[in-house]
Amino acid sequence: MNPVRKQRLLVVLAVLIGLGIACGLMFYALRQNINLFYTPQQIAAGEAPLDAQMRVGGLVEPGTVIRNPETLDVTFGLTDGKGRFTVHYQGILPDLFREGQGIVANGTLVSRTRFEAEEVLAKHDETYMPPEVQEALEKAGHPGASKADPKGGEKEYTPSGY
Amino acid sequence: MVWQTIKRWYHMLGSPRYFYTFSSALLPWLTPIALLVFTVGIVWGLAFAPSDYQQGNSYRIIFIHVPASSGALMGYVAMGVAGLVAVVWRMKMAEVMMKAIAPFGAALAAISLATGALWGKPTWGTYWQWDARMTSMLILLFMYVGVIALQNVIRDPRQAARAAGLLAMVGVINVIIVKYSVEWVQTLHQGSTLKLVGESTINPAMKYPLLISMLGTWLLYAVNVLVRARTEVVWRERRSKWVRKLVKGGGQ
Repeated sequence: MNPVRKQRLLVVLAVLIGLGIACGLMFYALRQNINLFYTPQQIAAGEAPLDAQMRVGGLVEPGTVIRNPETLDVTFGLTDGKGRFTVHYQGILPDLFREGQGIVANGTLVSRTRFEAEEVLAKHDETYMPPEVQEALEKAGHPGASKADPKGGEKEYTPSGY
Repeated sequence: MVWQTIKRWYHMLGSPRYFYTFSSALLPWLTPIALLVFTVGIVWGLAFAPSDYQQGNSYRIIFIHVPASSGALMGYVAMGVAGLVAVVWRMKMAEVMMKAIAPFGAALAAISLATGALWGKPTWGTYWQWDARMTSMLILLFMYVGVIALQNVIRDPRQAARAAGLLAMVGVINVIIVKYSVEWVQTLHQGSTLKLVGESTINPAMKYPLLISMLGTWLLYAVNVLVRARTEVVWRERRSKWVRKLVKGGGQ
């Protein structure tokens, strides 16, 4: 390669590698802020501030959804297998809200075990299949059928790297 | 042997005149194939694929959203490579290619954001959240717009290409963030359904129309890039003999 081009290539590569490392370090340092939500494990460990606006995310614990028949009040347990707390919400839940479903809630943590949500979002997983296939899987007792996503949920709610 | 072939292609396609002849021969074939593949994929996906067990029919936006997003990401990487060649080797065709790749990619990025928002409302309950995937995708759109703006704001096309090439290369870092954001940090956006390694978490009856519409979108993107590059080549080479002859001969 001719020396001028070689030098240009080296300069460009140096700039790219430098910027790449800078971005990587920034991303790593801001990791906690880039995370959209706190997990129940972090809440249990006391990493989340009390009485501040924030988001939490986890799976709706099966058998814990209590709806008040008179009002729109609903409470449910949120868990990731390593911690749990109760979420209270008043309003209309998204269609995909159900037991075992991943959700993200926006609100304030009033105590280590209670979260007052102002907004509840359903988190969708990456599994797509026709209803007949899901029924067949459920009949066959496939572990992935009842809980919407077999691998995704585990991956998403296992806190890794912090 | 392979290296020699690549090298020969590089030099041949590096010549604007050869590129023009080559694309003239390629386009009459590629255009109908691209349209056909795209139509088959989209119609199959939107009209004939089964509905989803959880989302019903709203999941069908995947047949537009995923092809658009993947096209926008791949287009940006291609633009970054063209930028590298333009900056280091000062190859004219790379400058032309960079300019040809940007507009369609920007449009795809915008489509990806718009369809994602429309799907997000019924599924998540919100149009937009500042999570890592969505924010980095928005940055990708801005990078595309930035590259287009840089190309147009500097009058000398060769200087413009060098500035835009640098931005295109740097932006590839963001493409990596878009791709892996759903794995590295907690996001509202789900992980990838189609996996390069391991089994995809999508039923085959939905996977095939998805793959076909992705392929169709990429082919349409390629057609668009070729057409744009041809226009740009003719404009840049307008003073050369072969273009004059071409214009006199009525474009044949």
